[in-house]
Formats: sequence, C-alpha cells, structure tokens
Amino acid sequence: MARYIGKRLIYMFITLALIATFTFFLMKILPGSPVASADKLSPEQRAVVEARYGLDKPLPVQYFDYMFGLAQGDLGISINQFKGANVTDVIQSRMGPSAQIGFQGMLLGTFLGVLLGMIAALRQNTWVDYSSTLVAIVGISIPSFVFASMLQYFFALKLEWFPVALWKDGFMSSVLPSIALAMFPLATAARFIRTEMIEVLGSDYITLARAKGASGSEIAFKHAFRNALIPLITVLGPMAVGILTGSLVVEQIFAIPGIGEQFVKSIMVNDFSIIMGTTIFFSVFLIVVILIVDILYGIIDPRIRLSGGKS
Amino acid sequence: MEKILQVKDLELSFNTFAGEVKAIRGVNFDLYKGETLAIVGESGSGKSVTTKSIMRLLPENSAEFKNGEILFGGRDLTKLSDKEMQKIRGKEIAMIFQDPMTSLNPTMPIGRQLTEPLLKHQKISKAEAKKVAIDLLRLVGMPKPELRMKQYPHQFSGGQRQRIVIAISLACNPQILIADEPTTALDVTIQAQILELMKDLQKKIDTSIIFITHDLGVVANVADRVAVMYGGKIVEIGTVDEIFYNPQHPYTWGLLSSMPSLDAADEKLYAIPGTPPDLLAPPKGDAFALRSEYAMQIDMEQNPPFFKVSDSHYAATWLLHPDAPRVEPPATVIERMKKFPGSRYYEGSRV
Ligand SMILES: Nc1ncnc2c1ncn2[C@@H]1O[C@H](COP(=O)(O)OP(=O)(O)OP(=O)(O)O)[C@@H](O)[C@H]1O
Ligand SMILES: [Mg+2]
Repeated sequence: MARYIGKRLIYMFITLALIATFTFFLMKILPGSPVASADKLSPEQRAVVEARYGLDKPLPVQYFDYMFGLAQGDLGISINQFKGANVTDVIQSRMGPSAQIGFQGMLLGTFLGVLLGMIAALRQNTWVDYSSTLVAIVGISIPSFVFASMLQYFFALKLEWFPVALWKDGFMSSVLPSIALAMFPLATAARFIRTEMIEVLGSDYITLARAKGASGSEIAFKHAFRNALIPLITVLGPMAVGILTGSLVVEQIFAIPGIGEQFVKSIMVNDFSIIMGTTIFFSVFLIVVILIVDILYGIIDPRIRLSGGKS
Repeated sequence: MEKILQVKDLELSFNTFAGEVKAIRGVNFDLYKGETLAIVGESGSGKSVTTKSIMRLLPENSAEFKNGEILFGGRDLTKLSDKEMQKIRGKEIAMIFQDPMTSLNPTMPIGRQLTEPLLKHQKISKAEAKKVAIDLLRLVGMPKPELRMKQYPHQFSGGQRQRIVIAISLACNPQILIADEPTTALDVTIQAQILELMKDLQKKIDTSIIFITHDLGVVANVADRVAVMYGGKIVEIGTVDEIFYNPQHPYTWGLLSSMPSLDAADEKLYAIPGTPPDLLAPPKGDAFALRSEYAMQIDMEQNPPFFKVSDSHYAATWLLHPDAPRVEPPATVIERMKKFPGSRYYEGSRV
C-alpha cells in the first residue's frame, strides 16, 4: 500500500509540472498583459512595472523562474488584482468560504442523490421513479447560473429567507450557494445509484437473500445498498470537478469571497500570477481527491482490499 | 409415504410487452418426505419457473398465477402474502442456485450470510448463531471453519462457495430443499463431491429435495423419482428406473437417446429435431407433437391427459390410449426396456 501511494505521489508531481507548464505557455500565447490593462501608463512607467514582475525577461527565463519558485511552494505575487500580495496568502485567505459551500453542497447533493436514486430503483417504473429521473435530468441540464439566480430571486429577494448576496450571516449566507452547488452531485449520484441499485437487485445473491427469507427492507439495506454504494466512490472525482466549476459561477452570483470568485476576476484583469496560482491550486485539489478516492475504494471494497494489498 | 408438497394444476404466466408468456401450463406433482425428485427437460421447459413459483421468487409485477395450488403444510403457497412467505423461505423451504460464483453477497463476510437465516427464523443469540454456523461449515466439509467465518466470498473457490450456499440453505433444517442445477457451473470432480455431499446431508437431516438438472447421469446418481418437463408441463413422471428403463413419452425417448452412454462411445449422439414451443402461443394439442415422429392426428388437436403406467408412473401421451396404434420406440430405448421387468420388451431376468 505504501509503495502504491508513493508511486501515485510521483505521478502526481509529474502531472502537476505538466499542467503548470501548459498553463504557463498558454497564458503567454494569449493576447493581453496584466500591465496593458492597468491605468494609462506611459511606456516608461510600463517598463518599470514590467521589470518589477520580471515580465521583461526572455520567456524561457521567466518559465524557469516560475517553476523554480513553484518547486519551493512560491506562487509569485499578484500583479494587479491584489497588488503586490503573495498569491499563496490570497488563496489561503479565500479558501474558507469556498471550502464551506463546496463541502456542504457535496454532502447535501450526495445524500439527497443517493436517497433519490435508491427510491427510484426500489420503485422502478412508477411515478416515483420517473419524477426522480426528471429531477436528475433537470439537475444536470440546467446551468448552475440559472439555478443559482432562481434560488436567489425566490428565496432571497422575494421570500427574504436568506441574505441576497452577502457573506456576513455565516451559515445562513451559505445555504443558497450550497444548494446551488448540490444540484450537480445530486443528479449524478441519483442516476448512478439508480442504475447500480437496479443491477444489484437483479443479481443472484439478492435472489438468494430472498430465498433465505429476508424482507424487502433487509434486501434493500443489508444486501443491496452497500453493494450499490461502493462504486459511487468512483464518481466522487467528477462530482468534485462539478462542484469546482460550479463554484466559479455560484460564488460570482452570491458575491462570496472565495477562490472561484477571485479566479474569475483574475481572468478578467489578466492577473497572470493569480491565474497560474489558482489553476495549480485547483489541479492539486482534484489530483488529491482522485488519489483519496482510489485509496478509499481499496479500503471499502473487500475484493480490492485484499487482492490490492499484494500488488 | 407422506406427501409434504402437492402442486396441483399449476398455471403461471408472465405478462410481458410481447404478450402473455404461458411458462407453466398445468403442472401436477407431489413431493414425498425424504425423497429426491429430479426435474429434467430442455432449456426453457419451465423447470426454474416451477420451483421459483413454489418459493414465490418470481418478479411480482410480471408473474401471475393463473390456476392451481401449491399445498404445503396445509396452506396454499400461491395465496400467501409476502410476509407469510418470508417465514417459509429459508426456514421450511430453502433453495440453492446454479452459479456459486454470484450467489453470495460479495461485500458481506460469509459468517454473516450464514447466521442471517438463523437469526431471522430462530430465536437464538448472535453467539449461538455463530456456533451453529461454524458447525454448518464443518458439516459441509469446510476446513478451519472458525477462521473462514470472517472471510469474503472471493476468498473461496467455486466448489467451496457452493458448499457455503448449501450450508446456508440447510441452516434451519428445511423440510424441502430446492436445488436448481447446483452443479452445472462446477467442474466434473467438484460436481461429484457436491453431489456426494448433498446425498450425505439428506440422509442426516431427512429433507426432501427437488433437484433440477440437465444431466441425466446426475439424475441416475441422486434421484428417487424423475419428472420430465416439456413446454411448461410435466409429460412423464415416475421412479428413476421407470423413467430410464420403461419410458413412455416420445420426448423422454428423445432425451434418453440423446444421453451419451459409456459403453457406446462410438455411437453418434442423437439430437431431438426442431425447437421448443413458443410459449407466447403454445400449440393446442401435445406440445411435442410437431417435433415427434410418433405424432398422431389427435396430438395436434387435444392435449393428452396423464395415463397411468403403474402406481408411481404416469405419462401424458396419446400413445398410451387403448385405441392408439402400437409404435416401436427408438432402438436404444428398446435396449433399455429389455432390462425392465414390467416393460413390454422385458426379456426375463438376467444375472
Ligand atoms: N421473468 C420472466 N419473464 C418472462 N418470461 C420468463 C421469465 N422467466 C422465465 N420466463 C420464460 O419461462 C420459460 C421457462 O423458463 P425457465 O427458466 O423455467 O426454464 P428452465 O427449464 O429452467 O430452463 P434452463 O434449463 O435453461 O434453466 C422460458 O420460456 C422463459 O423464457
Ligand atoms: Mg433454469
């Protein structure tokens, strides 16, 4: 197991280096410069600013400077969005709100999705099943900005149950954004669990369990549920991606001082260091999620747990 | 002998998109205490559906009892609620399935799968149930049962898994054990071991067994009586000797002719021509008539009733009607019949 994790960690660093390199050059190829978009500067002033951030050096030098800094955990300095602030500090200061709504959204979505998928599978081809499928389709196909805006309009503006776009009321402020983020994992989990559950319910060992005299609920919860739930771990990765991309929009709409909101702004103002830093942060997050998912799968599934231990 | 199960005029259909599949079209048989009744017949003849309907394991939304009753312990199983059936399943009637590789829950230790029916049907503590489970594993020949209780199905071989399934089925000393092709998925040596085990256990706990199989060799080995199924009906039923050495139904003749025999290795294997009947629109008369070279006009029009051959032997074929012409069974069958006292080809006692 330790060797396996070690190997995975090495791959992780290689992946990260590739992502960093790719993003770096992509940013450089794209038109626009953080300095150009700043206030009207005279050519001389501009040269001074560029020199301060090392933007006047040749590209390869800039690249190696950046990668060298990255290897030491230095993400550079914000150029115009948070003028002069350390990118690492910026990300750290904004992680809290993002983590809160992301985690809440994931938890809520997965829980409701599993519930919905279970019910749909147990009441297959009834109106319960059809309406749950409808929810899942709607959840996947409605863009999160539409859904988030709708939530904001009805529950914040009209009903005034929650603050409109203010990150001040602690948990209350996080409710609507979390619900908005929950839609994707909810829909994904519901569809996934329904399919898995139906397959499991049709398997031989369920028939044997029935032949032993197990009741409907014992079949569903003691025998089928665990077997249908284990594979859900494999979609935790895609669900995390969904939460992440969703947060870019949702944080914008609810004015949440999180990483997503900051990332979107940094793109608008072309703040090279922030864009790079956030991209790398997102990548690390996703790679770690995938690693955890794989390890978790090995721990939870007895078939992998034992055979995987040797390889 | 005491009848412990009576299946009377059982008719069952599946309601499908294509229409009504008449899977069971009037099945009658009794099961006696302590006996092994084999059900044979080609694929799709309704063997599994018959036994699953006894256990009421068929999909509730499509399977429908059309007629008949299944009498067990003074009750008609076709009329019981699912709750009442749960008390019978695993306790009084247990079942073993074909594929041991998929019959066990992959994420549950086998110990829990063994104690489950015990805790469900008997008033015993967890610790006691565990003890019984270990004894059961020992009974089915599992070495080091204490250690294996915590293991998962994938840590056992196919033969071992079938032993576990058998142990589970015997947990509550059922009166009836239904085995649906329990050895088909296993290799020949393991097959023989499992059959020996089942015969052994039957003697020990005195249960009645319904044994479904394709393999007539297995039938000769384990069964006391044989029911031959064709197209959703039992076409012939009798003791093993009666079915093997004095068969009356042309379908049974076909089955026996297609059975490879050890002493005739060079013989070409016989295959029954044609295909099984379409159960969406079953034929009016004898369902086998279209494939039978012995078919008569009446076979196309009327369903043959059971004709009595002996007290224990019945066959549903018009050939047994007093007015029917005498026909010669296939040569291999005549050879068999020569050995059976009471058959019309009997050649006297041979030593
Ligand atoms: N759930 C179902 N829905 C519709 N038809 C079914 C269903 N289950 C079985 N049947 C039909 O009932 C008939 C009898 O099937 P059954 O499984 O009893 O055959 P079998 O004799 O056990 O065959 P095999 O030897 O292949 O196991 C077949 O024609 C089959 O297609
Ligand atoms: Mg079958």
